[in-house]
Amino acid sequence: MLASAGPVLGERSRAESAATPKTKEAMPAVEGAIPVTLRVNGKKYDLQIDPRTTLLDCLREHLHLTGSKKGCDHGQCGACTVHVNGRRMNSCLCLAAMYQGDEITTIEGVGQPGKLHPIQEAFVAHDAYQCGYCTCGQIMSAVALLSEPVGPEDAEVKEFMSGNICRCGAYQNIVEAIQSVRQSTNRQKAG
Amino acid sequence: MKIFELTRADNPGQAIAAAAKANTAQQGADIRFIAGGTNLVDYMKLNVETPRQLVDVNHLPFDKIEALPDGGLSIGAVVRNSDLAYHPIVRKNYAVLSEALLSGASPQLRNMATTAGNLLQRTRCMYFRDTAMPCNKREPGSGCAAITGVNRGLAILGTSEHCIASNPSDMNVALAALEATIHISGPKGERSVTIGDFHLLPGNTPNRETVLEPGDLITHVTLPPPSPGNRSLYLKLRDRASFEFALASAAVVITADGGKITRARVALGGVGTKPWRSPEAEAELTGQSATQAVFQKAAEAALRDAKPQSQNGFKVELAKRCLVHALKLVTQTA
Repeated sequence: MLASAGPVLGERSRAESAATPKTKEAMPAVEGAIPVTLRVNGKKYDLQIDPRTTLLDCLREHLHLTGSKKGCDHGQCGACTVHVNGRRMNSCLCLAAMYQGDEITTIEGVGQPGKLHPIQEAFVAHDAYQCGYCTCGQIMSAVALLSEPVGPEDAEVKEFMSGNICRCGAYQNIVEAIQSVRQSTNRQKAG
Repeated sequence: MKIFELTRADNPGQAIAAAAKANTAQQGADIRFIAGGTNLVDYMKLNVETPRQLVDVNHLPFDKIEALPDGGLSIGAVVRNSDLAYHPIVRKNYAVLSEALLSGASPQLRNMATTAGNLLQRTRCMYFRDTAMPCNKREPGSGCAAITGVNRGLAILGTSEHCIASNPSDMNVALAALEATIHISGPKGERSVTIGDFHLLPGNTPNRETVLEPGDLITHVTLPPPSPGNRSLYLKLRDRASFEFALASAAVVITADGGKITRARVALGGVGTKPWRSPEAEAELTGQSATQAVFQKAAEAALRDAKPQSQNGFKVELAKRCLVHALKLVTQTA
């Protein structure tokens, strides 16, 4: 361990993790696990995780927030898109331990059955999915897009959604869903 | 992914002291800085990069974009690509940089990727990415599978018999045309290197990609003041409309006076083993009228030394047309 390198996050802490009281949901102690505290959807989680754990795996396997999906696991498909401090990112390329103190929002924090986000309602209304696997990532990108400098044209929306792949090819309806929300927001602003 | 120790640097001194113990310089080193992680975590998952220690540099005070007294711009090492692309001064004075950044990757990746990380972005050569294949860049002396293999996307300028990997960055191409300077803090103190000198040609040592030494930390990048009256533009040609690396791209910064080009800066992407500034093209343009014939001569000069491989001969013509079209567009608006 390097004293000069600042606080050590990845120090082997077998004894420490073994000493952690076992709760019903606690993961079994893993050799080399490190203590990590994350804030997800406004809730604080204290965890013991392998430093290699990506934010995506942490959300899915440790916090059981399975809305964020693993597609390519290399930042190419966008199925894992979450918001970190309000900005969309590929959670499969984030090491979870590097995002302590950040405000992480997943699809579970965007809307719930009976209380959908306008983008979620628009996806339903415009049939903007088929199998649904990419949909959570699409919605996380679409929600972020609403506050990004995107021009009014469909072509602009397509460009800004280029980080989200849909193998069913629902692209046309995804663009329509996003545009319907943007247009109604603009109408409200104008009114 | 191989196990590593994750540490956090709270000040530049800590980061430099930690990385100074590395066996080699940043790329491929056993101790690596991590910021956005978009390139590094990807390559760690593929076991192309196997650091035993990561030093998180996201908390260092290098996240500012600041106007300089001389009219230039200072860009912090951990400024995110999207913040840089949308910064009002960049959009106004350095359009080519904003356009290059926005042509690269996806919005999610641009929110993560940093200035210094983009400078150090590693090649997309499929043999470099595949640890089962020989690659002199990844494993010196193992050979180059690309020269006799799938090389459609690889370089035609600056190659050697040991490596033909292309530099994938768009930002770097714009920085080359803007004559950026890279500022480095290291165990021996501070120094600065021009973008042209920062990246190395592969030669006999394709594993060495930049002039960085163990412990060297990029702190910021500076741009000189914009040349008065200049117009700049980035044109990128690729296999699909978005989220794809360049087959060929051109960054052009042109100042014209009454139809005559008084100053020209030209750099090409997608075709070089490093961001490819072309003084040959600039010489053909300077003092000439902005005509198709002059643009064509500049493009011929830029690609004169091109050495195509078995599958990427088309890039010679594509890069020429890319540059001609970029010059046409940028002088039309002038």
